[in-house]
Amino acid sequence: MQQIWQGILQGLRLLFTGDPALWRIILLSAKVSGAALLISAVMGIPLGAILGLVKFPGKRLIQAAIYTGMGLPPVVVGLAVYLLLSRNGILGPLNLPWVPELFTVPAMVLAQVILATPLVAGYTMTAVAEVDPALRLQMQSLGASHAQSLLAVLREAHLGVIVALVGGLGGIISEVGAVMMVGGNVEGSTRVLTTAIMLETRRGNFDLAIGLGFVLLLLAFLINVGAAHLLGKEH
Amino acid sequence: MHTKSLLPLLMIIVLLCILPAACTAVAAPVGEASEPARLILATTTSTQDSGLLEYLLPDFEKAYNAKIEVIAVGSGQALQTGKDGNADVLLVHSPAAEKTFMEEGHGVRREDVMYNDFVIAGPESDPAKINGLTSAVEAFKAIASAQALFVSRGDDSGTHVKEKSIWKAAGIEPSGGWYFQAGDSMGAVLAMSDEKSAYTLSDRATYLALAKKGLALKVMVEGDPVLFNPYGVIAVNPAKSAKINNGLANRFIDWIISVPVQEKIAHFGNEKFGQSLFVPDSGPWKAANP
Repeated sequence: MQQIWQGILQGLRLLFTGDPALWRIILLSAKVSGAALLISAVMGIPLGAILGLVKFPGKRLIQAAIYTGMGLPPVVVGLAVYLLLSRNGILGPLNLPWVPELFTVPAMVLAQVILATPLVAGYTMTAVAEVDPALRLQMQSLGASHAQSLLAVLREAHLGVIVALVGGLGGIISEVGAVMMVGGNVEGSTRVLTTAIMLETRRGNFDLAIGLGFVLLLLAFLINVGAAHLLGKEH
Repeated sequence: MHTKSLLPLLMIIVLLCILPAACTAVAAPVGEASEPARLILATTTSTQDSGLLEYLLPDFEKAYNAKIEVIAVGSGQALQTGKDGNADVLLVHSPAAEKTFMEEGHGVRREDVMYNDFVIAGPESDPAKINGLTSAVEAFKAIASAQALFVSRGDDSGTHVKEKSIWKAAGIEPSGGWYFQAGDSMGAVLAMSDEKSAYTLSDRATYLALAKKGLALKVMVEGDPVLFNPYGVIAVNPAKSAKINNGLANRFIDWIISVPVQEKIAHFGNEKFGQSLFVPDSGPWKAANP
């Protein structure tokens, strides 16, 4: 018990004394997961909206694939991205300028996009499906195009979409398997909160590991408070 | 009405757009003379977890304007990273696997660097009565016949390979409820053994670092030549990828086997633990200290 308190105190101390190493790690966590969430939102929200509303053959199969994707083990995604980007892997040997190198930030973002996109799409799909179908019929009878009525439904379901984004962010900012595998936990360049916690645990610095864990929890809490605040404003 | 209700969503998205950009601006180095060369070093967790690399590498980075990116994994994964051409240089302790690595042409140069030793750690109660034995093989035989709990790394790391070789020498195929394969790093396995009051095989550096932090396990067997743990440095074959920086890898090897750096290795740990964690062992060092 004492160790936990010591860890939390140490976490707070590092946070408020502006420890540069800690802040670099926090900013990198925010940067990697923020960028991954943004890309996932751009792909996942329209995908979820279409799957929630439009009927087409093979839809159930895609839905099942997305639900499976929501439970992907991060370390498996990490291994797949490693093999994809490895210099003797699938894309690595082609030396394409847009293919990120292993052990870099873009490689970590790629892995997290693969993890977050199904989460965002899945939650959006559920939120959109719950919107009263009468709304779309009404819109279309008033002469709205497909895209316009889709946008109207998304607007109606925006609370669910916010939940989708927060859910996606929660899923990736706390994962360690993929960022460890493709980022390599390189000090000063790819070390994020979760991999730093792993390293300090391995070193037996349990105080520091708990302190970092506390910082991660605090970050997740603040994101959720922010989202709850936005949601609360609506009512 | 509709535009108003969409506002929070837009705010989140704008925030997320700004955040990465702002962070990049903060993280960008200020006024650097020239971009440091990148050297990827794949190594075992023990060199990073013991603090040795943090103690040694800044000197090299300064002298050669290089940024060493340390990927600390098990020896098995470190060698695989080299085979895949994803690292420039390796620092590992798995002599048999290193030999195969070199024979298969994955590496172009290998040098001895240093050694530390393994210890058999166990609970003070010592259920298998191995405390003070001089033979690691005898100790393993006693643990197996007492069915005393034993935690194995189980991850093909150098430590795990060493452990398997001792079981083999003892003529025992360890299995059963007393034998745990953890699949985790040395620090985690020591913590687990401590919780379970189990025996385990550990490198001395990680053991000492954790013992200082309250690990209750005691050293039961040490000093057997079988427990010798040599580290080698390997330059990965540049034919694997045009991106491999073989020139810098060679400079790194020349540097780490040089007498001044070896001397620094010899002193590492004295202050903190009252004993050295690694013993220098390179060619130039042995020539200078016959």
